[in-house]
Amino acid sequence: MNFLDIVFYVFAAITVFAAMGVITSRNPVNAALFLVLAFCSSAGIWMLLEAEFLAIVLVLVYVGAVMVLFLFVVMMLDINLVRLREGFWRWFPFGAGIAGLMVFEMIYVLGARQTSDTVHAVTHGADYSNTKELGRLLYTDYVYPFELAAVLLLVAMVAAIALTLRRRAGLKTQSISEQVQVQAADRVRIVKQMSAEGTDSATRK
Amino acid sequence: MMMDLLLSFEQAGQNLLGAAWLPLWTLVKIVLIVAPIMGAVAYTTLAERWVIGWIQIRIGPNRVGYFGLLQPIADGLKLLMKEIIIPTGANKFLFILGPILALMPALAAWAVVPFNAEMVLSNVNAGLLYILAMASLGVYGIIIAGWASNSKYAFLGALRSAAQIVSYEIAMGFALVCVLMAAQSMNLGDIVNGQKGHYGALNWYFIPLFPMFIVYFISGVAEANRAPFDVAEGESEIVAGFHVEYSGMAFALFFLAEYANMILISFLTSIMFLGGWLSPVPFLPDSIVWMLAKAVFVLFLFLWFRATFPRYRYDQLMRLGWKVFIPLSIIWVVVVGAWMQTPLWVW
Repeated sequence: MNFLDIVFYVFAAITVFAAMGVITSRNPVNAALFLVLAFCSSAGIWMLLEAEFLAIVLVLVYVGAVMVLFLFVVMMLDINLVRLREGFWRWFPFGAGIAGLMVFEMIYVLGARQTSDTVHAVTHGADYSNTKELGRLLYTDYVYPFELAAVLLLVAMVAAIALTLRRRAGLKTQSISEQVQVQAADRVRIVKQMSAEGTDSATRK
Repeated sequence: MMMDLLLSFEQAGQNLLGAAWLPLWTLVKIVLIVAPIMGAVAYTTLAERWVIGWIQIRIGPNRVGYFGLLQPIADGLKLLMKEIIIPTGANKFLFILGPILALMPALAAWAVVPFNAEMVLSNVNAGLLYILAMASLGVYGIIIAGWASNSKYAFLGALRSAAQIVSYEIAMGFALVCVLMAAQSMNLGDIVNGQKGHYGALNWYFIPLFPMFIVYFISGVAEANRAPFDVAEGESEIVAGFHVEYSGMAFALFFLAEYANMILISFLTSIMFLGGWLSPVPFLPDSIVWMLAKAVFVLFLFLWFRATFPRYRYDQLMRLGWKVFIPLSIIWVVVVGAWMQTPLWVW
């Protein structure tokens, strides 16, 4: 067992521990934070596979943006634990069925011939840039699927905005262009005032 | 000469310790990077009080030690002596984890920052992506602290900060996309070398990417939660925001994280746009001194901003991020892409 194997088992153990934490913690905020930990350690495993672009993008996109917004929402929830656990036995057979299916899939994939001992991951030198290769492939061989995925995301984004954008009648909003165009003279009037000599000099005039 | 000495030293260490040498030597390098940063952080707090004092025609700290030079140490000692109070109903583990997570990414990002052509802890190809990833992790310390405090002010501050950092990250990312297009590399060392040329400062990227230089620096100010974008801790609205419940060293860690972030962004701005360690005039040699001088100049801008600008209103801040910076940076990506196809691109 060399150094890389030890690192792999450490990351793998953390990932499994964090994944267990996601489904066993009672508080959704803790569960979300466990998911963050699981993402970080899986990024570490990907790094061991020399997939540095995917590893860093996993941290950048999922940990840095998606989970932040998740936490943002989850933290504002008012959670009633009793109500959450109400239908446990009713939904248990359904959940168990899905879990069984996933276990079967995992065994099917992991036991496949492609991942037998005779095939090893290809290793590259230190000057090999994973990012450059990925970019070249995405924009040449896979340019149509890539563009299609981009269009799909754009449609989803436009749809999400269209669904949440509501124009209520009588809504008061600020006109930014008016605010920006305001001059000092519109807001402040400088008045020249004689300084009073006696206490009643201003009232006499 | 120095390099030979260093190489023979490494060889001797390898012979003496074998496999344990590499982790140990890396640890020594990490300490050699982090220790000066922490010192710089301490003295940035003093510099801030001096600079703002001078701008406002005050004297600034001058009682502790000569010219007030021992002031940061006195402040640190005071904070060490104080009790760390954990509020009732707070999540204890996360309450302590918050400040640690705030400081960690600000220091971890230094792993890929090159100080000159040879001095870099980890010379990786995806350095720019790594920097972006670390910058996006900084928000966790703030939202965990805000939620774990079990306080409404802290929570509001945390939400504001999370929304702000996520928004400005996008503009920052696109500004860096322009840099990596210009340099055709994500390695920070290669980015600096891409700015090398016969005309000194005229070869640096701040000229073709001038709007991105501005966008990156202002987004950096927003990411570090500094004035005029410090709505996360807006004193007049939500007391002190996310760290209102923190005292003693736990508060000090947030403070250190803020200043470490400022120093990091100063260095990154000088690497990406101001030529890093390259000399601004062709007849002087390149050296780490230039790098430090540029970083100190950018750091001074941070302090100058704080003394000059009033705090942004929250909706104005969001408008600036989403409706000005993001469109501008996306357009500039296209402009740079088109520009690089023409012979007019001389960088």
